[in-house]
Amino acid sequence: MAQGSTIGQVAPTVAPRSTAALPALLKDAALFALVTLGLAIPVVAYRTDLGQGTGLVLTGRWGLVASLCLAIFVLRLAQRLVLAEVSRRRDARILAGVAAPPVAVRPARILGPLTLAIALTLPFLAAFGSGGLSEGRYWIDLGILILTYVMLGWGLNIVVGLAGLLDLGYVAFYAVGAYSYALLSTVFGLSFWICLPLSGLFAAAFGILLGFPVLRLRGDYLAIVTLAFGEIIRLVLINWTDFSGGSAGVSSIPRVNFFGVPFAAGEGGFAALFGLSFNPMHRVVFLYYLILVLALITNLVTLRMRRLPLGRAWEALREDEIACRSLGIDTTITKLTAFALGAMFAGFAGSFFAVRQGFVSPESFNFLESAIILAIVVLGGMGSQIGVAIAAIAMVGAPELLRNLGFLRAVFGEGFDPNEYRLLLFGLAMVGMMVWRPRGLISERTPSVRLAGRKS
Amino acid sequence: MSVAGINVLVDETRARMAQAQAPLLSVRNVSAYYGSIRALKGVDIDVNEGEIVALIGANGAGKSTLMMTIFGQPQAREGTITFAGQDITRLPTHEIARLNLAQSPEGRRIFSRMTVRENLQMGAAVNGGRHFAEDLERMCTLFPRLKERIDQRGGTMSGGEQQMLAIARALMSRPRLLMLDEPSLGLAPLVVKQIFSTVRELNRTEGLTVFIVEQNAYHALKLAHRGYVMVTGAVTMSGTGQALLDDPQVKAAYLEGGQH
Ligand SMILES: Nc1ncnc2c1ncn2[C@@H]1O[C@H](COP(=O)(O)OP(=O)(O)OP(=O)(O)O)[C@@H](O)[C@H]1O
Ligand SMILES: [Mg+2]
Repeated sequence: MAQGSTIGQVAPTVAPRSTAALPALLKDAALFALVTLGLAIPVVAYRTDLGQGTGLVLTGRWGLVASLCLAIFVLRLAQRLVLAEVSRRRDARILAGVAAPPVAVRPARILGPLTLAIALTLPFLAAFGSGGLSEGRYWIDLGILILTYVMLGWGLNIVVGLAGLLDLGYVAFYAVGAYSYALLSTVFGLSFWICLPLSGLFAAAFGILLGFPVLRLRGDYLAIVTLAFGEIIRLVLINWTDFSGGSAGVSSIPRVNFFGVPFAAGEGGFAALFGLSFNPMHRVVFLYYLILVLALITNLVTLRMRRLPLGRAWEALREDEIACRSLGIDTTITKLTAFALGAMFAGFAGSFFAVRQGFVSPESFNFLESAIILAIVVLGGMGSQIGVAIAAIAMVGAPELLRNLGFLRAVFGEGFDPNEYRLLLFGLAMVGMMVWRPRGLISERTPSVRLAGRKS
Repeated sequence: MSVAGINVLVDETRARMAQAQAPLLSVRNVSAYYGSIRALKGVDIDVNEGEIVALIGANGAGKSTLMMTIFGQPQAREGTITFAGQDITRLPTHEIARLNLAQSPEGRRIFSRMTVRENLQMGAAVNGGRHFAEDLERMCTLFPRLKERIDQRGGTMSGGEQQMLAIARALMSRPRLLMLDEPSLGLAPLVVKQIFSTVRELNRTEGLTVFIVEQNAYHALKLAHRGYVMVTGAVTMSGTGQALLDDPQVKAAYLEGGQH
């Protein structure tokens, strides 16, 4: 067997620097700009406004067209020059048959703790940054929104990223959780702290309910059935008026309390209990930390699961179902637990959503929500926890940021509303992702086990 | 008497002793279907404890189908399959896999995004990871190449390394019967030799029973105590490895072109 060790040890020669000459690059980028021009003339160049009378007035926007072409030109050049080099190095590494060296390059190392630190201190940062808790409310609310999606992303990641089951109806479980709290609290007067675990259980039960009929499906077929499941839940909520209040939804859902102590002014309230002066922001900050804790629990459970036999079985299932079965894995149980656990976290997030809004209606749970959550998981890199968190920040936070980009008016002229371009930029970002990072922001899968003392 | 000679003697004795008992695996008159296509037509095969049995046959003869049918996928529509005295004909695949028989399937089916170690952990799933460290150590001794690449992703390994991993993964469950589907497929002759000699070693030192499906008839029959020849879903010939190697029909059909 000793002679075998010499086989296949010859290091493959790394392809020589293949970056083309600068003139060729410029030509290439110019071609891209030209195509942009062609596309922009019919779409962007003229705007129709209502004129004085009944007619429409054409306004030329050639400055905008020129900026677009320039932007594409520069971007294309940057892509060819910088990113091609990066991916060439990565390819060379893959060719050489070695995994990425575990050095500081691994982005999760720095990003994880950094993101966590910011998340933990956000309410304080917001308060100091804006000069007061109430003034920082916008940032805390945004944080809550992002964290909700981070949690949903992590929950769906169990189903899609780990177990490899493409679920397009994830929002259904979010809805089940939200309505569980909404109905249990308004009809039976149960407290949030009892309803929170119950919502998770109900959602998990629905996860198993969905899991059974789709056990034998994979890929596209599974996606279609889960999509339908999501729609069914929504349509039932709309049409079963006696039960769910129909499209009017459920309103005046009790607000969150501090483990029994209400966030109210005066005697017996949260502020009085802790000797603080009453501030309605206490409730918002508490909600922020509540969703942060829920999201972190989701993350910890996922990380823990990956080290357990069941979690490993999920990943193996994603890789090869037949091999799984012939290694003694019960694929039925494995799939159902993935569906149930993923659904449970959506249920928790749903009941949080209900307690935060104080109002739920079926329109909050349409397909677009499922699509956004799935996009977060895919953009994050299918299975990478920190990737999902970053993708959630980008997907939810970026549109918000865009709202405030007033300076763009200076470039594109008065009357330019950045908000109108949200979806356009969103699409561009997606296309860019698929070109440069087709496997997601953080595509490196970290093994669940590693040799303790690695040499070299 | 040379060591090799003693080994042959040991092998023969073991084979004879085994035949006196009930076979470890017995396939009786088994037929299996893909839809309406009858892929196996009343197959009879026995594998005794401590034996290496080879199954050879042309492309599409139904060799892989037989292996999968033993594993319940597709299930046999007619006939019975017994393993260690237990009827496994109607058991689901994952329950069969928990019965001390393991396979390295056709095409290896490595978990490509998981590391070598994680692949081996999956192999040990049936015994709940008990004595995992010990077994891992053993696999690293059997296949030193795996030790070097223990944290490499399965999918980035070479074909030969993947084959070693597939066999090691199967061995992690400490099976009594190891079933291999074309372990030599696409490998350099030297690596094939290596893998076959490892299998022979396991059989000799630990009494591991092996059922091996092969295109590489010469090597397989050399390795095996007994062999079967399959043609379009039915077993047409059987005998000791040497007898089949010497058979003019087998020679003409499967050993054409010399000794590979
Ligand atoms: N999933 C399937 N569905 C339909 N027919 C199948 C399926 N799998 C195999 N077959 C058919 O069953 C027959 C036997 O196939 P099998 O894979 O068992 O052959 P084999 O002896 O292993 O061949 P090879 O040496 O090429 O691997 C072939 O005719 C094949 O086309
Ligand atoms: Mg085959």
